[in-house]
Amino acid sequence: MKICCCIKQVPGTTEVKINPETNTLVREGVETQINPFDLYALEEAVRTKERMTAAGDPSTVTVITMGPPQAEDALREAISLGADDSILLSDRAFAGSDTWCTSYVLAMALTKIQPDLAFCGMQAIDGDTGQVGPGIAIHMSQAQVAYVAEIKEIDSKKATVKRLIEDGYEVCEIKLPAVMTVVKEINEPRTPSLRGKMAAKKAEITKWGAADIDAPAEKCGLMGSPTQVVRIMTPPCRGGGDTYEGEGPELADKLYDVLKSMEVV
Amino acid sequence: MSIRVDASKCNGCSLCTKSCGTNAIEVKDKLATITLESCTMCGACVATCRFKAISIDIEKQATEDLSQYKGVWVFGEQRDGKVAPVVFELINVGRDLADARKCDLAVVILGHNISDAVEELASYPLDKVYVYEAPELENYDAERYCRVLTDVTRELKPEIFLAGATTTGRSFMSGVAISLYTGLTADCTGLEIGEDGLLHQTRPAYGGNIMATILCPYTRPQMATVRHKVFRMSCKRAEGKAEIVNLTPKPALFSSRSKVLEFIEDVTEKVNLVDADIIISGGRGLGGPENFSILRELAEEIGAAVGSSRAAVDAGWISYAHQVGQTGKTVCPKLYIACGISGAVQHQVGMKSSDTIIAINKDPNAPIFQIADFGFVGDALEILPMLTKKIKAMRGAPSTCPV
Repeated sequence: MKICCCIKQVPGTTEVKINPETNTLVREGVETQINPFDLYALEEAVRTKERMTAAGDPSTVTVITMGPPQAEDALREAISLGADDSILLSDRAFAGSDTWCTSYVLAMALTKIQPDLAFCGMQAIDGDTGQVGPGIAIHMSQAQVAYVAEIKEIDSKKATVKRLIEDGYEVCEIKLPAVMTVVKEINEPRTPSLRGKMAAKKAEITKWGAADIDAPAEKCGLMGSPTQVVRIMTPPCRGGGDTYEGEGPELADKLYDVLKSMEVV
Repeated sequence: MSIRVDASKCNGCSLCTKSCGTNAIEVKDKLATITLESCTMCGACVATCRFKAISIDIEKQATEDLSQYKGVWVFGEQRDGKVAPVVFELINVGRDLADARKCDLAVVILGHNISDAVEELASYPLDKVYVYEAPELENYDAERYCRVLTDVTRELKPEIFLAGATTTGRSFMSGVAISLYTGLTADCTGLEIGEDGLLHQTRPAYGGNIMATILCPYTRPQMATVRHKVFRMSCKRAEGKAEIVNLTPKPALFSSRSKVLEFIEDVTEKVNLVDADIIISGGRGLGGPENFSILRELAEEIGAAVGSSRAAVDAGWISYAHQVGQTGKTVCPKLYIACGISGAVQHQVGMKSSDTIIAINKDPNAPIFQIADFGFVGDALEILPMLTKKIKAMRGAPSTCPV
């Protein structure tokens, strides 16, 4: 089985500071990480590879990301965590892509690879949209299932999965090829092995630009994006209120009064 | 498409270099210089520059007549004939948008045996309810819903299309927007019609640390998913009811490569976390899984849902469905009570837009106190049982203060 996993390199922290003098955004330090949800997607991709290989279907995991050249670091980390090979989609034409274009570019690259199954995290912690995974499936005219919490059964033709929704779980059967987005509950990601780290160091990273995936410039980046960010501001900081200290019974009474004043009790 | 620095306006103050997430800007000889290779055109520097020296040019225009798109639509999400609460919030904000654009407000609902839901919706202040009723639409199916909604949107051409930012809304709306090649803004917390007549969509990004306002200028409909609990629920209309329009789905749209086999309801909770008005959350400070029963008992008394921090989930004390925060759910209840939760940034991201926050923690230096409206320095395990007991005792007792 050919398995792909789409990942995103995100800032190491989403803590954005505000310069109080100028009231502008300061994103000091450029530590990066693989989007936490994508680590669960990658782990599930690797587990699925192991599961299929053990069942007599030799499988591979290709990890893929769209981003600036430095996103290569994220791909190397993914290899240390069990991916077999990796592709960096990097091109000036991709800059400024919104979710429409991001899912288009990833879908064009996946179309070239033709995987049986593609994994994504449910959302990225910087953008928080959750739109790219389902979007890839639509661009590729493939089946999709979002918020997967467990792959119960899988073979080369179909999978039975449990997806997490607001009021419980839904068990569905889905035909492959398909795109799945996963939630944190699905697994516990492994830590890199020594062999994985060695492989990551040596790995050749395939680099594709817009021309390599037949993506016309007018469908990529700022040019292709239907949405435009027109303003960025920092929300007002939430300050702390009153703090109460004392013995347990005293605090319980005070808390009761607070709840009463809010008409909760 | 290009990003430019106007040398006559730039004084080399270097504010922009700090705003850049990819380190693509350097100041050389008192002039900001952008390394195009690293720039992702995110626009953060444009917003940061106090001298308006950086600009991004896009030459773009609409390829069709946008004035043929009219009306505001709300997706009428339902399960087993029960309309999701967020729909009534969308009707409220949708009504304001429709009034501002002087157009109709409609709800579009898909399902099977949903006549009660349709009647209920028609009693709210909307102009039309579009109904797709078919056995194939009984359960949510991303592919099928996406096809049907893409088809009807293409045909009836609404100007604005809103859905709740639920697991359902977030997955099919993306497909509709992609099929129509139009913009979709996720998880909006602010929606208004600007002077330009466009839908100004405001949403949190970077875990709520910044707010971005987003437009969809050249394509229609302008689509958005909207966060729970941000807008008030609509009141019912005083008289009359909305027109009900039954639409016949084309069977060809029903093909799907997935099917729902089973729905497993979460029976441990009476109140769904994201829909709850009150949430009581527990963290590492509770000491063990058994102590969540103390939270549950209080939750029962005041009609709250039970949430948790990541630490409690990772320790296996409570299931992931309850996790609030960056890798869990984002909630916005009227009241959030954090018990034994220190309040790391990752937790705050998921709950800091709650109307009121109460924190109970033994550590007076816990970061949670910095955002709590009411902080209680003490042991939640001691305080909560006393509180629950008092609530039970006071219930039925005559009120001491005249109201």
